[in-house]
Formats: sequence, structure tokens, C-alpha cells
Amino acid sequence: MSRAVAAAARPDRALHEALLRYVLRLGDTSLVLGQRLGEWVGHAPTLEEDLGLANLALDLIGQARLLLTYAGEIEGRERDEDALAYLRDAPEFFNLALAEQPNGDFGCTIVRQWLMDSWQLEIYTSLQESTDSRLAAIAAKALKETRYHYRFSSGWLVRLGDGTAESHERVQRAVDELWRFTGELFAADEVDERMVAVGIAPPLSTAEAHWSARVDEDLRAASLKRPAAQPYPWHGKRGVHTEHLGYVLAEMQHLQRTYPGARW
Amino acid sequence: MTDAGKPPASPEWPLFEVFIRSRAGLEHKHVGSLHAADARMAIEHARDVYTRRQEGVSIWVVRSVQIIASDPEEADALFEPARDKVYRHPSFYVIPDEVKNL
Amino acid sequence: MYTQALDTHGKEPVVAAAGESAAHAARFQSRVDADEKIEPKDWMPDAYRQTLIRQISQHAHSEIVGMLPEGNWITRAPSLRRKAVLIAKVQDEGGHGMYLYSAAETLGVTRDHLFEQLLSGAAKYSSIFNYPTLTWADVGAIGWLVDGAAIMNQIPICRCSYGPYARAMVRICKEESFHQRQGFEIMLTLAQGTAAQRLMAQEALNHWWWPSVMMFGPSDADSKHTAQSMRWKIKRFSNDELRQKFIDVTVPQAHFLGLTIPDAQLRWDEATQHYIGGPIDWSEFNAVLKGNGPCNRERLQARRTAWEAGRWVREAASAHAEKLAARTTQAA
Repeated sequence: MSRAVAAAARPDRALHEALLRYVLRLGDTSLVLGQRLGEWVGHAPTLEEDLGLANLALDLIGQARLLLTYAGEIEGRERDEDALAYLRDAPEFFNLALAEQPNGDFGCTIVRQWLMDSWQLEIYTSLQESTDSRLAAIAAKALKETRYHYRFSSGWLVRLGDGTAESHERVQRAVDELWRFTGELFAADEVDERMVAVGIAPPLSTAEAHWSARVDEDLRAASLKRPAAQPYPWHGKRGVHTEHLGYVLAEMQHLQRTYPGARW
Repeated sequence: MTDAGKPPASPEWPLFEVFIRSRAGLEHKHVGSLHAADARMAIEHARDVYTRRQEGVSIWVVRSVQIIASDPEEADALFEPARDKVYRHPSFYVIPDEVKNL
Repeated sequence: MYTQALDTHGKEPVVAAAGESAAHAARFQSRVDADEKIEPKDWMPDAYRQTLIRQISQHAHSEIVGMLPEGNWITRAPSLRRKAVLIAKVQDEGGHGMYLYSAAETLGVTRDHLFEQLLSGAAKYSSIFNYPTLTWADVGAIGWLVDGAAIMNQIPICRCSYGPYARAMVRICKEESFHQRQGFEIMLTLAQGTAAQRLMAQEALNHWWWPSVMMFGPSDADSKHTAQSMRWKIKRFSNDELRQKFIDVTVPQAHFLGLTIPDAQLRWDEATQHYIGGPIDWSEFNAVLKGNGPCNRERLQARRTAWEAGRWVREAASAHAEKLAARTTQAA
């Protein structure tokens, strides 16, 4: 933990808890998205795309490992990255609900990825300036990866949007389907507010403005329509998920759950 | 979206040759080929396929059909005439050992 | 250069006239004998070309079908470290498939054509991938045994007479060196783990041992391609020589793990300094080869489904590229 937080956290239990929650949100989002992308490996539309999607998955799993390791240290209960990834149930996961949505077709995966990438771009860019030096270092590394992810996903968004009548229709449908999960990306709660107050995390409203402009520009380039904002009943970052996450975790955690205490 | 109906069965994405500069100061070197629909995608594929282990710091891709190559049947005419021009090499000249810095 | 497009270079491909053929063939063989590399545009006997296309494409198909049994376990890998390693490994296999398809394309076939042969069931791939991965230990055993056998097979091909194939193999062998080690590490962890994990490891060895031994192909006495391929330096060692080498290095590794090779007749032969195994049951090999292995249908179906489901994506990218080109021309 950084000096700034260590100094602040000891007397302020609530801040400490908020930081833990904040880091888990970031880590769980990368983990669940990486897990989803892992489902693609071997099944992509071309061999080259197979390698590309695997690279995204690897980066995201890597980010999750750094973030969950850090979360375990903040928590101080000797839980490492695997204890956190494999031995928590859905309500204890705090990823954004967008990350857990099923892969669907390639267009749906691209739209989900593009929405997540453009979100991570804003968050990681700001987190580089975080007063929490550990988080700033992780963000600096992750940002490089995210820039490439965004290049990949926004490129495909334009190809599919502009390509054929079928691809246009499929990718617009995916945008329409997934849009309802974007409300959560910038909905600030007391955890976010605490992080902003001590300079650990950026204000989400600023990030949202940048994100929105970027997304509009990409949608225009892909000749796609931006759906209307929709109120959302999912609060993945508060542990309230769609039904999909349970299945993701059941599959991911099954060996650890079946053989308690075994080393792998 | 103005496309009327589906396009005919899609042809294969074109083939690109990939050249990688492994580190600053070295030339780009041919490493293989890949398929991509467009130039931007070709760079991304080259990155994903050929630089997974930090093999490069710069990538060139070029459409394979645009490479013009010499014909191996003409190899004798093209390359043999250089064989007897040994005076182009420094070792051709006999200089006494005592003479330095030559 | 890795491109079939260069083969013609504005004229018809070199077709040897009747009189020239013998001279060309003799010169070709003398180049091979002198360990010179043959490159894509060089004259080569048609049978050499066809043999290479068959072998390289089978090899490529094996890599991409081989992504499936292990890819199955990416979502279930029991730690995040194992998950990352497995993604990287399966990704490498895709990469190796690509390098090999690239090499095959230099011989004047398209990757789509080779893919069609795979999907229609006309082309062969390594039978080993028609076995299922039922437990995590199977993933370890594939890395240790199947990749071990593959490396044994592949290292000599780095010196193959055909340049693009040899270069692809050099790259592949370099990258693959971690595959076998990660597999052995999984087995070692299991072997040192709980009783249930040790049992899992032993059962995986029981499942994969014989199929791995059979990966080297039929006995030399029954192998129809070996002699000509050796003359052309496409192949450097016989099936039986490589198989023996594999057994000799693997048996001590199994001992180290404290696992038992499922061959009651296996013994160390002091005279030849080799491990001698019991007879191989080739009927199983032949059954799997004929399509009756446990997973033949599933593997091909998975590849077909991916290919069909991806069609609209490939078409969209082509259509976008055409529009892009048209817009650029208009703008100019």
C-alpha cells in the first residue's frame, strides 16, 4: 500500500474498506472479462483473430492478478490472487455487469470489448496520477495494454458497422443489447466518492464526458446509432449481478471448490 | 448501410508478408506471412502473431502480390558474374605485415 | 519469400519439358544431397511439392485441432497463473498453425483450400487430438507427453530441405520449448499433491502413454512414405528411431514423478542401452485414424462451427476493405 493511503488508512477504517472495494472492482472486472475472452480461444472467425483475442485475454488476466494481489494485501487476511478469484461467490464479486455478459457472436464480443476498452482507457489514464502509488503503477502498465485493446476493438467496430448489411445489423443489435449496461460504468457511489476525495481515483463525471465523446466518434465512423440512455437495475460493482456471473464462476472455480486446499 | 443483399461467397483475405525490426539499429527482416482484410488489420495481426515474445520494435507489412522477385532460372546470369571480381574484397591485396593501419 | 503469388511472376509456372525433366530432377537431387535449401520458386519435382503440401498442411491442421482439447480447460484452469500459461500455450499452437499454413502457401495452395480439406474430413491431422481431456491432469499429460513427442518429431524437421518449412520449424521449436516444461510442472505438482491428485496424474499417464507412443506413426516396416521422404530430406529419422528416443527420455521422467508407465513389459535393456516396451496395439491407432476415436466428430464439428460462425465476420471485413479502397480512389 502507498504511503499516502497507509497514513490515511490506519485511522480511517472506512477509507481502507473503500480502497479494498475499489481495487476489487477493477480486478474483478478485468478477471471476468478475461475469463469471457478465454472462451473464444480456438473458436474465432480466423486463426489471426484467435491469436488477437487470446492476447487481450492474457493482458486482462495479468491485470487481474496484479489488482487482486494488491487487494489481498490491503485486506490483510492472507488471501492471495487465487483465493480471491476462486473462493468468492457471486455477491462478493464487484465487477461491472457489462464484463460478465455472454460472448454472443463475434460482433457482440467486439461491442462489449470496445465499451470496456474505452472505459478502461479513461480510468487507467487518470489512475496514473493516483495518490496511491501502487495503483498508479498498475494503471500505467495496464494503460499500454488497453490502448492496443481499444485499437483492436474500435477497428473491428468500424469494419463490422461499415461492412455488409448483415454485419451492420448484427453489430447495431449488439450495441442496442449491451447499452443498458453502460449506465453502471460511470455511476458513482460512496466508494467512488471516498476515492476521489483523497485523490486515489478520478471523478467519474470527467471520465464520462471523455468516454461519451470518444464513443460517439467511433459510432459515427462505424455508421451506428447510439441508443438512448437506459436506467439499469444491475449494480455489479455493488455485488448485484446478472444471472450470467454465477455460471462464469461455477466453471472457473470448479476445481478449487471440488478439491479444497489442494495446490495446483 | 446501403448494401443490397449478401455479397458473393467471400474470397480469402489477401496475403501479406511481414518484416520485423527486432531492435533499434537493425534492419527489418522477413519473418513470415499472414492474411488480413486491410492494412490496419495486417499490422495488428503481425503484432499478435509475430511479436508475442518481444521479437520486434517495428513492423512492415506488404501485400505479397506486390513483391517482385528475381527468377531462380536467371540466378546464373544475375549472380555468377560477381564471382570472379575478387579485387572488390580487401583480402585480394597483398600488403607487408609491417605496414599498419591499412 | 512466403507467397504462392510469386510462383508465376508474370509467366506460367516452370513446367519441365520431357527432355529437361531428368536434368532438372538430377540437379534438384544433387542440391538436396549437398544440403542446399530448396526455396519456393526453385524447380522441384511435383511429387516433392505434393508430399510437402500434404505433410505441412497435416502438421498445420494438427496444431489448430490441437488447440481444442487443451483450450477446453482455459476457463477451468485451477489458478490464474495456470490460466495465463494455458492461454499462451494454446495461442502458440494457433501461431504454429499459422506459420505452417504460411509455409504451405509458398507451394501454391491457399489456406482456404487447405481449410476446406480439413473441414470436409479429406485431410488428416494428428490422431492424438481425438482423445478427450477429462481432468486437469490430462492437460499436464498433453504438455509433457504429446508435446514431448512432437518436439522429438519436429527438431529434425528444422533441417528439412524445404526452406520455408525448415524456417517455420525453427521458430516453432524455439517457442515450444516451454510447452513441455509447463506440462511436466503440472504433473509434478499433482504427483506431489493429495492422493486424489496423484491418482489423477497416474490416470492421465495411463490415458496418454500409448497414444503418444503411437504419434510417431506406423513401424518402419509398414510406413510407405519414409524412404522417399528421407531421400528428399523432408524426413531425417525413421518413425521407430524417434519413438525409441522418446521412450528412452520419458521413462526416467515418469520415475521421477513416481508414476508407473502403463506397459507391464517395459524393461531396461543393458545390451542396447534402451528401454524396450511391449508390442503396440495398432488396431486402436487405426480405428482412431479411420474416424472412430472418442472425439473425432467433436473436433471437426468444433472447427466447422467456428468457420461457419465466422463467415459473416470475414465477409464484413472484406466488404469494408473494398469500400475503403473505393473511397480512397474517389478522394484521390
